[in-house]
Amino acid sequence: MSDGEPSGATPRARGLTCVEAVLARTSGRGNADAPLPGEIVEVMPDFAFSHDNTAAIAAIWRELGQERVAIAERLAVTFDHAVPAPTPRHALNHAEARRFAQEQGIRHLFEVGRGICHQVLGEEALVLPGQLVLGADSHTPHFGWMGAMGVGIGRTEMAAVWALGSIWLRVPESIEIRFDGEPSPWVDAKDLALWVLGLLGAEGGSYRSVELRGTAVARLSLAERATLANMMAELGAKCAFVEPDDAVFEYLAERLARRTGCGHDEAAAMARAGAVFPDPDASYAERHALDVSALEPQVACPHAVDRTVSVTTLHDVRVDQAFLGTCTNGRLEDLEAARRVVRGRRVAKGTRFVVIPASSEVLEAGVASGAVADLLAAGAVLGTPGCGPCMGNHQGVLAPGEVCVSSGNRNYRGRMGTKEAEIYLASPAVVAASAIAGRIAHPAEVCAGDTP
Amino acid sequence: MTVEAARAHRVIAGRVFRYGDAVSTDALFPGRYTYTHTTFAEIAPHALEDLDADFARTVRPGDVLVGGHGFGCGSSREQAVTCLVALGVGAVIARSIARIYFRNAVNAGLPAIACPAAVDALAAGDRVAIDLDEAWIDTPHGRFGFPPLAPNVRTLLRCGGLVPYVRERLRGSVA
Ligand code: SF4
Repeated sequence: MSDGEPSGATPRARGLTCVEAVLARTSGRGNADAPLPGEIVEVMPDFAFSHDNTAAIAAIWRELGQERVAIAERLAVTFDHAVPAPTPRHALNHAEARRFAQEQGIRHLFEVGRGICHQVLGEEALVLPGQLVLGADSHTPHFGWMGAMGVGIGRTEMAAVWALGSIWLRVPESIEIRFDGEPSPWVDAKDLALWVLGLLGAEGGSYRSVELRGTAVARLSLAERATLANMMAELGAKCAFVEPDDAVFEYLAERLARRTGCGHDEAAAMARAGAVFPDPDASYAERHALDVSALEPQVACPHAVDRTVSVTTLHDVRVDQAFLGTCTNGRLEDLEAARRVVRGRRVAKGTRFVVIPASSEVLEAGVASGAVADLLAAGAVLGTPGCGPCMGNHQGVLAPGEVCVSSGNRNYRGRMGTKEAEIYLASPAVVAASAIAGRIAHPAEVCAGDTP
Repeated sequence: MTVEAARAHRVIAGRVFRYGDAVSTDALFPGRYTYTHTTFAEIAPHALEDLDADFARTVRPGDVLVGGHGFGCGSSREQAVTCLVALGVGAVIARSIARIYFRNAVNAGLPAIACPAAVDALAAGDRVAIDLDEAWIDTPHGRFGFPPLAPNVRTLLRCGGLVPYVRERLRGSVA
């Protein structure tokens, strides 16, 4: 599968997987002496970011006795987990992070309302294919959508990265998951992800690098690739990779040119320069091949991401709140998918439909396309771009005894604010259909009679 | 000679506390204390509370925990490591160690060693000695080797964990 890209001048001693190629470069070992799975290497990340936890990381960093962070130009800070600040304490937390960023000359600071870290860094083309990005956030495998190695790390580790510009990582084994076949119209990348979680279990990709490919993956929109890669965090993966194609390079080139002011051709070359592709003889700990043709929309039932069932098996699951948003499913394509279901309909009496775009860019695009107007007309309420109630931090949390169907990524007990609520995870179309039906519903049922 | 090289060759020595497979972070440090207990003094008495109520009272500095598969599975709570550090536990030896637990352990300066052969041999109360640099475990049943830890991990452990390691590295006293 190394079609398209030359493997460069360095000879390879053996076939490398995507993650091995990234770690060969970032460890300074090179392809000829690429570290093997199980080896521990010290690597230099290309980029690192933190969010509302920045002030906490800064407090640890100050204990290290350094005056200037080593890699300020390769850091980003986003405010996304609780925005705008709901309490003076949250406001103080943001204020401390702002002060820190200013003091340390961290230019890539994204204010309240700009959006969720994973989404914003992609929109800003701050991460590129083949790069190693470290996030103080567990969903950092998200960057697999562009073929970058995204790894989530802890706060102390991030403080050390700020200080040293490096981190130790164990080289993970790789697994390959292929999706082939033609999915039915209401099946999207979220269903593929939930399906795999059900099949392999929440530990199924533990510590592995997951390479996602196959004809059904190649056909996914960039937004859906992000959904799929993002959800690999739930499989326990250290990182995920979807092979970047022209659509990825073009998306990033355009944004890179806009942000840096360089010419389009130069930006396009930069976007492609570091892309990694696995060698044909790369070795995988496991290979899974799945045919998506017969798949129905999937739902993860409370309180585990791998308790997945087909939506057709759920009858009369009352929904108090339908939530569309998060880094997993808060993009324009997700708003559009929901809009197709709700247009000309009304949210069921007794059900709330909370919509929170993943970024300001998504919100603007949704306004321009009319998707936001259609969602509002159907009775949705709109929140500030950010994480919203995804982890129970901000508006849209649940009451004890309530049931939520969410386009997010985790449904552990207590995730959305109270232990006594139940969370079902599903695709944007299923979330929208459930908002209209007032119970978990197949979009085909809600849309029966629509002209396609 | 660098400070690093001059440092005494560290050998860990103590008695074995033996447990089974899947010693979870809940077993190591009960979740009910995670948000209320933070200092070493607060967390130490609760180490292994739900698995071995006598552990925290009887363990001595240098003693070694031995477990089966998936040692440290479960949540990423760091107290499951630091409660052992607080009690002076010398190392963990297991058939396999959960990923985040391994990371947390190394970053807190606690050696976590996967060595199934030693686990097979060891019984509770056995005396063991571990040499991290030479990668062996001495037991009453013979000497067992394990795959050597990466040099940077050994340095981290020798410094006592990630925070002291970074401090020393910023001072230029380790590489
Ligand atoms: S949207 Fe949810 S999963 Fe994504 S970064 Fe925010 S809190 Fe985490």
